[in-house]
Amino acid sequence: MIIDTIAGERIKGHRPWPRAIVRADEWRRASEALKAGKWTLLSLWGEARAVHMAVLDEAISDIAVLTFECLDGTFPSVGALHPPAIRLERAIHDLFGLTPTGALDERSWLDLGFWGVEAPLGGARAAAAPRAPYVFLPVEGENLHQIPVGPVHAGIIEPGHFRFTANGETVVRLEQRLGYVHKGIDSLMAGATLEQAARLASRTSGDSTVAYALAFAHAVEAALDVTVPSRARYLRVLMAELERLANHFGDIGAICNDASFSLMHAQCGVLRERTLRAADACFGHRLMMDRVVPGGVACDLAAGGMAAVTALLAEVRRIFPRLVELYDNTASLQDRTAQTGILRADYARRFGAGGYVGRASGRGFDARKALAYPPYGELTFEVPTRNAGDVDARVWIRIKEVEQSLSLIEQAMRRLPDGAIRAELKPASEPCEGMGFAEAFRGDVLAWLRLDGERVARCHLRDPSWFQWPLLEVVIEGNIVADFPLCNKSFNCSYSGHDL
Amino acid sequence: MRRILLESMLSRPLTEAPPAADEAMLAELAGKVDAAARRKLGRSLSIREVDAGSCNGCELEIHALNNAFYDLERFGLRFVASPRHADVLMVTGPVTKNMREALERTYNSTPDPKWVVAVGDCAANGGVFAGSYAVAGGVKDVIPVDLHIRGCPPRPSQLLQGLLALLEKQAG
Repeated sequence: MIIDTIAGERIKGHRPWPRAIVRADEWRRASEALKAGKWTLLSLWGEARAVHMAVLDEAISDIAVLTFECLDGTFPSVGALHPPAIRLERAIHDLFGLTPTGALDERSWLDLGFWGVEAPLGGARAAAAPRAPYVFLPVEGENLHQIPVGPVHAGIIEPGHFRFTANGETVVRLEQRLGYVHKGIDSLMAGATLEQAARLASRTSGDSTVAYALAFAHAVEAALDVTVPSRARYLRVLMAELERLANHFGDIGAICNDASFSLMHAQCGVLRERTLRAADACFGHRLMMDRVVPGGVACDLAAGGMAAVTALLAEVRRIFPRLVELYDNTASLQDRTAQTGILRADYARRFGAGGYVGRASGRGFDARKALAYPPYGELTFEVPTRNAGDVDARVWIRIKEVEQSLSLIEQAMRRLPDGAIRAELKPASEPCEGMGFAEAFRGDVLAWLRLDGERVARCHLRDPSWFQWPLLEVVIEGNIVADFPLCNKSFNCSYSGHDL
Repeated sequence: MRRILLESMLSRPLTEAPPAADEAMLAELAGKVDAAARRKLGRSLSIREVDAGSCNGCELEIHALNNAFYDLERFGLRFVASPRHADVLMVTGPVTKNMREALERTYNSTPDPKWVVAVGDCAANGGVFAGSYAVAGGVKDVIPVDLHIRGCPPRPSQLLQGLLALLEKQAG
């Protein structure tokens, strides 16, 4: 167990994985272990006077949380040793005013200078105006030009800024500037009731609303030590897999559309719509928002829901294989996706990239399998992986996952037990902490919280995109500008989930 | 590919009959679409979508308007890539402080006559994000809004109802 190797003061009431308060030398030792690849960084987040680091030992699927108390408002930079932590540290500095000492990048990240306050969750000082303009990383060389894109993009997508530096058509550097959709979710969570907090979690990234609600519920249930009724567990599987199906259909179509192959887009769009309609028939909401709640699910399967899902599965099984064949046999499409935007396996591993981004580059982590939150341990499914790491591989992971999700939905419906759908939650008498995960379509969502009576004292949500966005900067290097939409769509990172 | 195309040609279209324009939305629009604009634009509108801070749920349903079931373009409505080509700004999300300037600049880049449609509960008043240090408020707190389409997110059929109301008013 990781915790046995950590010298620190163990905290009571942190479930299901342990948390320990450590001193600076132990904090640095953990950063070294991340750098060495012994552990994977799951998240790094702040509080008014402390920072927390969640680490994973993939070999034994064990997790631990380390806490460093920032007595003088600083903490030893993790990012200085382990780059995946850099943006998380910049966000901690923006939100809490805590300074990572020895950090390589001291620029702000989520704070674009418009809030009117600095460190809103720390000291909340009035912002010092005016602020120095943001400095992009320097790019030097002959015949370079820059292409600024965003925050308002050309399509129906979320806002963010991309700064391309190109030599002719070839991208030599992409630098992202995010934070535009920062809504202050961490601050809204503090003091919220469980019901309000669950609604906020469900709206952190709308495309993964079920996964977020599930990760949040897992964290609450861990903190309060609640057992969820079996029927609710299986209904959650049904929701989570329907969400995955809808997103994967949408993505497969959209990636092909970015290579101007609109037939796939239209056909996949029909499958996506049919999936959302089946979800609506089952749970009364197309995206199934607010249906997963702490303690269980908010509503039972509607009459006719089972039939709608059965019809959906039959239709997908009839149509999808030919679309896969079409994808595989269209040379002009393959020409765009194969060998484009290659993510090296060592980067995927080092960043702990989840979902299709990691799995297309050989990293097989899937929270449903590795952490086996119930009832996935009772269900049969595979986690497909590929090694090519290109856009094509990320499409194929989605295709294979569609097949797995169809099977999981069938299993969940077949095994669906009778009984209650929601356990009663009793507020704990003293503050307690919980951590939970859910495998969203784009990767593992982490939720961590501290409950104080009936209210949330602090809640941190970590989107899989935190560890995927930086890799998108890497994979585009050496590709042509016109292939960026394909690379970007094959990652399909969340802006809202990242910006919080 | 031939098989898919052939089957699509031989089967009935998936596209569904449009919903009737929503009465409440028609009332909200009353007087906002003048005769001069109607003459200029006919029955066709170009829409520029702007996410001013949404959770991306609204975007998913706006996207759905383009699928075979709703087929938005049959009404003369289409999404365009630049505000300079747009008649309608369709804005989602609470407006975050980090997006306020971008939204204002997008609005100012859109030629007159123009309409703003605020989509979703967050766009109406900030929704669950109201009151945050990082949120400026609903869309109307930043730019003038002509039509609100509520919902979290609104269903594509509700979006269609709202847009058809806009089209109906505009065509007189």
